[in-house]
Amino acid sequence: MELYKDILELYIHIPFCVKKCDYCDFLSGCYDEDIRRSYTDALCREIKWRGIRLGSKKITSIYIGGGTPSWLEVDYMARIMDTVHQYFHVDPLAEVTIECNPGTVSAENFNVYRSVGINRISIGLQSANADELKLLGRIHTFDRFLHTFEFARVAGFSDISVDIMTGLPGQTPAKLLQTIHQVCRLQPEHISAYSLIIEKGTPFYDRYKFDAVKQHAGMATEVLPDENQEYELYKTAQMQLVAHGYEQYEISNYAKKGHVCQHNIGYWKRVPYLGLGLGAASLMDEVRFSNERNIHDYIAHADDLVMENFNQESPMMEESEKLSRQAAMEEFMFLGLRMNAGVSRTEFRQAFGLEIDGVYGQTIQRLRDEGLLEAAEGRIFLNERGMDLSNYAMALFLQ
Amino acid sequence: MAIDQSKVRNFCIIAHIDHGKSTLADRLIEKTGLLTEREMQAQVLDNMELERERGITIKSQAVRLIYHSEDGEEYILNLIDTPGHVDFNYEVSRSLAACDGAILVVDAAQGIEAQTLANVYLALDHDLEVLPVINKVDLPSADPERVINEIEDVIGLEAQDAPQISAKTGLNVEQVLAQVIEKLPAPTGDPSAPLQALIFDSLYDSYRGVIVFCRVKEGTLKAGDTVRMMATGASFDVVEVGYFGAGQFIACDELSAGMVGYMTASIKNVKDTRVGDTITHANRPCAEALPGYKKVNPMVYCGLYPADGAKYPDLRDALEKLQLNDAALQYEPETSIALGFGFRCGFLGLLHLDVIQERLEREYNLDLVTTAPGVVYRVHKTDGTMIELTNPSNLPDPSEIEYMEEPVVDAEIMVTSEYIGAIMDLCQERRGVYVSMEYMEETRALIKYVLPLNEIIYDFFDALKSRSRGYASFDYEFKGYVQSELVKLDILINRETVDALSFIVFKDTAYERGRKMCEKLKEEIPRHLFEIPIQAAVGSKIIARETVKAMRKDVLAKCYGGDISRKRKLLEKQKEGKKRMRQVGNVEIPQEAFMSVLKLDED
Repeated sequence: MELYKDILELYIHIPFCVKKCDYCDFLSGCYDEDIRRSYTDALCREIKWRGIRLGSKKITSIYIGGGTPSWLEVDYMARIMDTVHQYFHVDPLAEVTIECNPGTVSAENFNVYRSVGINRISIGLQSANADELKLLGRIHTFDRFLHTFEFARVAGFSDISVDIMTGLPGQTPAKLLQTIHQVCRLQPEHISAYSLIIEKGTPFYDRYKFDAVKQHAGMATEVLPDENQEYELYKTAQMQLVAHGYEQYEISNYAKKGHVCQHNIGYWKRVPYLGLGLGAASLMDEVRFSNERNIHDYIAHADDLVMENFNQESPMMEESEKLSRQAAMEEFMFLGLRMNAGVSRTEFRQAFGLEIDGVYGQTIQRLRDEGLLEAAEGRIFLNERGMDLSNYAMALFLQ
Repeated sequence: MAIDQSKVRNFCIIAHIDHGKSTLADRLIEKTGLLTEREMQAQVLDNMELERERGITIKSQAVRLIYHSEDGEEYILNLIDTPGHVDFNYEVSRSLAACDGAILVVDAAQGIEAQTLANVYLALDHDLEVLPVINKVDLPSADPERVINEIEDVIGLEAQDAPQISAKTGLNVEQVLAQVIEKLPAPTGDPSAPLQALIFDSLYDSYRGVIVFCRVKEGTLKAGDTVRMMATGASFDVVEVGYFGAGQFIACDELSAGMVGYMTASIKNVKDTRVGDTITHANRPCAEALPGYKKVNPMVYCGLYPADGAKYPDLRDALEKLQLNDAALQYEPETSIALGFGFRCGFLGLLHLDVIQERLEREYNLDLVTTAPGVVYRVHKTDGTMIELTNPSNLPDPSEIEYMEEPVVDAEIMVTSEYIGAIMDLCQERRGVYVSMEYMEETRALIKYVLPLNEIIYDFFDALKSRSRGYASFDYEFKGYVQSELVKLDILINRETVDALSFIVFKDTAYERGRKMCEKLKEEIPRHLFEIPIQAAVGSKIIARETVKAMRKDVLAKCYGGDISRKRKLLEKQKEGKKRMRQVGNVEIPQEAFMSVLKLDED
């Protein structure tokens, strides 16, 4: 694809946690220091191996996610970032984010982060309510969060994002409002508001699976908010955040002017990205692939990486799928429509050499007739009602 | 080579479902050395994949065993395996007619069940000698003494020296073989008399045409003979005759009186070789056909539609092929506004329907939408004519109807005394008419009811089992037609009648059924962008209503970092769900909804 030919985003996965939260099904776990050190070694080898091959690409953003990256020893984190800078060509203006959990990071750590080129902090708060934090199995209090936020500001970070959650068991609009007010008072540049999803294999699943099914079916629930309450919570977050001066730029993401998350936008625009570390996913040359998910295998396979062998396939790669042009076009639509700005006709043409209306004219017209989608200034986007029903709308673009 | 009739035994095994019929057959095959233990695949005779999976026998099968008795004689044992389910009663009856004796297998723990009785009576009707065998004596709950007494008291068969076996472990199976020789009669019949052979089953083979399974009663059947089917009148030149090995056909020179075997004659269609018909020589016919032939008529009808409309020709071809093998299956094209082009199909019963549906889906890879099964109603019109109604949509305008009739069955239910009340309540609820009750022994009774067929085709069996904690057993036989107050219940979705959801119902239950149907559909139909009323109507009168509210929120807010593949899978699942929907007007109805009427009594 001609669009984004010479650029690349990096995602770096740190799969370590003090304790796994009860709702979380991300790839992470509690490992001892030996594993953390060998993992860092393995990850640095992978960064080097990839960097040697992709060094000509300009890295426009880096996102260090987890797990709890801020819980990794800060000197390990510094080694990782040094390795990235050594083997990749990182744009001086690139957005470099690290996810932090309250209570896992000291003021000193933030100074180190700054010194290794990290310029954006994403703090997982989830709720300002003590009962809700406990329910979620979080290790921190709201006070701890306040400290962490303060440390980050003092260290000079001018780009801070806070994660909150809606749709929690027992959550009312009033409780959610409190969380939002307390967060907004700090004036973070960016807020992500995710709806709780009950995932298989989590303690939450065992606790709420029947309620989750009822919720999905539009029936009365016991603890989880029912479908209407969930909608109400989602709309509450939306309206309140907008009222506090945040602009919604994607289904779950809000930002002050000039502070949208570039890395995130890259996913929705299909900018090529390379995932490094355990289970990390990538999109390059219209191939989606991901690394293996067993940490011991990952560490062992790092030794098999041969730096000089340019014919070698990554021994860590587990799944890969070459996207057909059809699949790529579908992704362009259903990912692009997550953004309030929607998709650009020009970018579609640049990417695929076809007119968007020639391919999806009928679907676009149908969604316009149903009052979910609008078109203006060369862009096609979901309106407010369309956003509420985004899944329905997006599925229509699949063959 | 002439075969000595006195060294032949033709017999079948009869039993209640799960009492171990097929397992015993396997052991007999193994013991007589037809197959070594290693070659044995569990339940050799049930060779359809579906039969093995469900542990039921759908088609009759036969096998010839060679048995060396203790006195050094060599016997030919023809074992005919019969279907055990009430849907296939007629096939059972024809299989029995091909035998001279029957082994009655009774479970040592459960004792006699309704089907045991029905089968024994059927066997006695055909003048078969019945040899009781007590199976599963290895079970901890086995009580052979009680079962022996039951057999003697209830059926009136001498059972003191009945073999007490475990077909599973092979215990005492030799005794069964010895008693077959000793107690079951050898066939009779004159090999030089005019040919008289009974068709008890047939099978379609794409190379050889129809393979006819027959029992020669009189005369001799050879390759090259010209034969005539006495009921259908069709004539054929016999290509091959032979007998049944294990899972294979073995050709031989002739089948003489008393023998069981097969013939092929390049027959294109099983319709020409109806089960129960008599084969005779064209040039030297026998005086009269063997008794008992009847044309089987479907009892249950439903609409079968391809989920993907483009697969209509595939469905037609598949039905054609299945019918080659199953003369009882009937079908004719029909169209539905909701479901497009499909077929109205007739079956012997619900199990038969189930089996056909599964075979279509499995063997022919078809994705089907099935409408609610119904029975054949007789509609007597004011102009004096009568129509047999198989599709509710074709019900004439009420002003043209003089009266209607529905089919009823004679039902026999055997149940332990503590559940008699519950079972009688069930029969009452299902509009049953009480006939009689007799105690078979102190704790068990046989209850007889006349029940409308449309009350039992759906879930009667399940209800019976659940209300008796599994202790009741059930058997029924078609009785006839009775006049009844019936109405057509229509379902309107978003104010449009969905023809495929209409069904015929007893007038007094219309309101209840309509209400439940609306509730069920409300659960089945997903939310749309607009509100959808679901209504039940009799004629122009709306009797029930539910509403599917408009969808407000459908957001998948979370997306895991760069794991777009997962997001895609979720959307694909949503899309896949859509494919299983049927568009009626501007409402998408899931395929399962068309079977909703079957689930009304679930809660």
